Amino acid sequence: MMLPRDYLKETPSQTGGPYVHIGMMPNLFDINGVIPEDLGGDIVLEGVKGERITIKGRIVDGGGNPVFDCVVELWQADANGIYNSPMEHRSGADPKCIGWGRQSADDNGEFAFETIKPGPVPAPGGGLMAPHVTLWIVARGINIGLQTRMYFSDEEAANAKDPILGKARMIGRDGTMIGKRDGDIVTFDIYLQGENETVFLDI
Amino acid sequence: MTDRLVNAPQEAGAFMERDFSQHPPAFTPGYKSSTLRAPKQALISFASTLSEKTGPAFGHNMLGEYDNDLIINYAKAGEEAIGPRIVVHGQLLDQNARPIPNVLLEFWQANAGGRYRHKREGYRAPLDPNFGGFGRTITDENGYYWFRTIKPGPYPWPNGVNDWRPAHIHFSLFGSGFAQRLVSQMYFEGDPLIKICPIVNTISDPAAIDRLVARLDMNNTVPMDLSAYRFDIVLRGRRSTFFENRKEGN
Ligand SMILES: [Fe+2]
Repeated sequence: MMLPRDYLKETPSQTGGPYVHIGMMPNLFDINGVIPEDLGGDIVLEGVKGERITIKGRIVDGGGNPVFDCVVELWQADANGIYNSPMEHRSGADPKCIGWGRQSADDNGEFAFETIKPGPVPAPGGGLMAPHVTLWIVARGINIGLQTRMYFSDEEAANAKDPILGKARMIGRDGTMIGKRDGDIVTFDIYLQGENETVFLDI
Repeated sequence: MTDRLVNAPQEAGAFMERDFSQHPPAFTPGYKSSTLRAPKQALISFASTLSEKTGPAFGHNMLGEYDNDLIINYAKAGEEAIGPRIVVHGQLLDQNARPIPNVLLEFWQANAGGRYRHKREGYRAPLDPNFGGFGRTITDENGYYWFRTIKPGPYPWPNGVNDWRPAHIHFSLFGSGFAQRLVSQMYFEGDPLIKICPIVNTISDPAAIDRLVARLDMNNTVPMDLSAYRFDIVLRGRRSTFFENRKEGN
């Protein structure tokens, strides 16, 4: 007999607080000697396949102030659109593309990730999602981590068919999810609130 | 066709829809820092894709011997951090009550006097030269974790003119997929500051708050050495994939 059982409820989120760096980037914030180096500094390793790019941007609050005390994480596929993850069912991920990185914003709210441009990733139910990276932001004043995606301005045709950008387009906000590519620099500013508020995802 | 389905590796299940009644909303004026940092537009909801079903993995071989021992991992040789000595332990489960093995937990906290080792910290309580306040571990094959630390002190913070945080330990949690990524805080059973804390009270459901309160665990103390607290953690569960429509060649 199947016993009645409820699904467990997810542990509630609480803000990372103003000292989130102690837990996520201890060396950068002068807690030295506990671990040899902070995690997430290398999204890609020497010899990685794909176009090298820098993703950089500024995180701004609803009053136009820099979000200087946040931590940003990035998750992405390799140049062929395959994730380096035990939960990836396809084989052949580039071992030089770790795909995950973590950075602190500076006093101006600016962050930067050195990485490669990911390939398109299969969409649920068929087709492809346009190349994108997932970003996740935690900080004092953010009660639950904010997740968004950055797509690429040089992928107009793929972006036009992307199902998630399509949802944002229906409400006129897809532009907030597009990083502007200029050579090997892709600029993506994130607005937590206000007129240009970035699209955040429940996914 | 059946053969292909049996033999081919299957895409991992999508995550269950997140129950936002269990979480604080973004905009919570009682916690003033949230007011300018809260998105005001609705989140866009979408069933998880491969980008959220997958996530980074970290191996046990990454850990140093004292990564999960905050009593000594910042201390000078032969010395230890000052404060009530405790072990914090528990199991990491998903919403299906399945253990989540081999995932990274990071934790950070104030010292026994309630003071953080951080350049922007403003509380006058002294630093403990032997306490850094950072540790990490990776769950074992049954989803269990444990670490040794000192019980952090409560501390005042600039929000209202006289707000105090209950004693707490901050957690950062990975899962098997990036959609499970979570930060939270663990409180201690019996702390009278819990119910008047503006950050705790960003959560409206008292039962949800109670799940952030670690329980004194007399069965796992170490006599004359360590008190013990148990804190189980639940991350989002995956839907089963049995009934998903699959297109040919997909
Ligand atoms: Fe704290």
